Amino acid sequence: MDFKRITLLAGHYGSGKTNIAVNLALSLRQTHERVAIADLDIVNPYFRTKDSQYSLEQAGIRFICSEYANSNVDIPALPQTLYAVTDDRNLTCVLDIGGDDRGALALGRLAPAILEENNYDMLFVVNFYRPLTQTPQDALEVLREIELAGHLPFTGIVNNSNLGDETTPDTVLRTVERTEALCRMSGLPLVFTSVHRPLLPALEGKLPNLIGLDLQAKIR
Amino acid sequence: MADKVLMKGNEAIAEAAILAGCRHYFGYPITPQTEIAAYMAKRMPKIGGTFLQAESEIAAINMVYGAASAGVRAMTSSSSPGISLKGEGISYMAGSDLPGLIVNVQRGGPGLGGIQPSQSDYFQSTRGGGHGDYHLIVLAPASVQEMADMTVKGFDLADKYRMPVMLLADGTMGQMMEPVSLDLAVSPAPEKPWATTGTKLARRHNIINSLSLVPEELEQLNNARYQKYDIVKQNEVMYESFMMDDAEICIVAFGIAARVSKNAVVAARKNGVKVGLIRPITLWPFPAEVIGKAADHVKRFISVELSMGQMIEDVRLAVAGKAPVELCYRVGGMIPTPEQVLTAIENGGAKE
Repeated sequence: MDFKRITLLAGHYGSGKTNIAVNLALSLRQTHERVAIADLDIVNPYFRTKDSQYSLEQAGIRFICSEYANSNVDIPALPQTLYAVTDDRNLTCVLDIGGDDRGALALGRLAPAILEENNYDMLFVVNFYRPLTQTPQDALEVLREIELAGHLPFTGIVNNSNLGDETTPDTVLRTVERTEALCRMSGLPLVFTSVHRPLLPALEGKLPNLIGLDLQAKIR
Repeated sequence: MADKVLMKGNEAIAEAAILAGCRHYFGYPITPQTEIAAYMAKRMPKIGGTFLQAESEIAAINMVYGAASAGVRAMTSSSSPGISLKGEGISYMAGSDLPGLIVNVQRGGPGLGGIQPSQSDYFQSTRGGGHGDYHLIVLAPASVQEMADMTVKGFDLADKYRMPVMLLADGTMGQMMEPVSLDLAVSPAPEKPWATTGTKLARRHNIINSLSLVPEELEQLNNARYQKYDIVKQNEVMYESFMMDDAEICIVAFGIAARVSKNAVVAARKNGVKVGLIRPITLWPFPAEVIGKAADHVKRFISVELSMGQMIEDVRLAVAGKAPVELCYRVGGMIPTPEQVLTAIENGGAKE
């Protein structure tokens, strides 16, 4: 799979953006010398890319994140180093955007430069087992709200439907129709389907562009 | 059966409340429970309900007081410092015999503390928190599914006994995601002939008030309320007993501490240690009887808490000196690891 210089992951709160972002950055690092991951989450002080800071830095990935992430300072802060994402065009970047339209607000500051360079993919991550995005219609509503708030149009869809520990291959397969409907309604292509890595063998060949994810555990 | 959904604890509370017929939510944002308000803000307008972000926690609890007086299922939610602010209103609700659900997704304290999980509002929840002689029924879920189940149960109990119910969770329980079935055991709210719904000139005025002008009457009201509390104590105790049959060591833990402890119990059993777990699901009424009975054969109790040792006082009262009670704890937003609990099982916790 080819990725543009900047890959942005946005979507409904709790759809799995951060986990995909960390996995994607680690995988891009295998083919790219200079990779950065930037955490733009201004909504949620928990479950941040910071949980994976150690493994990311061990892999030689530049880690851009608010000083205050995972601390008790519960404020919507962005790091000053964030501008490296748009200023340094030799950097391959993965951007983890906060959930919903509220989270995408932080994107507005970078959107003009990203649009001007026009070497980005903005992916809408959807989990059809999340309560407020169970139907393509509801997911599309969230998608449009994020575009309005972030001033950046989406370029593709990522199906990350799962039920946590209870996910079976069938759990994923049952969302294929809804994903196709969302693609049709939004006019966007399905870029990949992501599943927890142990599920890969059972789904191989049944879904195009399948990606295996390792779950990120917090290392203090 | 409908598909399960993958929910955060906070979202499960909000959706379960809606399924239980709650159409009136009043709140004020505070981490780590803000998702409850955010979820209600999205859902309530779509189903003809009311989501209202009040100007303060104090305003929010008094709006619950007002809505409950009018006979509807109403709720508020907050986290530790916000619950302190609601204390006066909760006491007024108890003094006016009003049902309602108050959710506390605890964070570290005292004071502003931090945003990470804690269980240090145990005293506040089980001993009142506000002024005066009163109790809340306090429910302590230990999974996202139970967050949903206990929310429904909370509304039922509140209506059944005409008293406020507290759902006591913590930052981890609020934030963690698990699959949830929303096929919940919902029963409709009972008739509320005491509610201030308008007399239509067909009955006497209903009055909702906690002020008594005559001391003798206030004493009577308090005595009657405590008779009701006795019935609650008899009927509504809930707990989970895990590997207790032959246990020589008993862990008592609730909520997130119970989940950690369960892992430690399983690990210790593999090492041949006879240990079990009693998990209070109601913190008030406390499962004192089952713990007291366990004390007849258990040689040592360990209270595992995310506090400096609060529930341990209830465990000691229940054990009544029949066995030593030790404490295993972390505070400040930290959570005991299964390894720490295992060490406490095998080598003893902090002696007191």
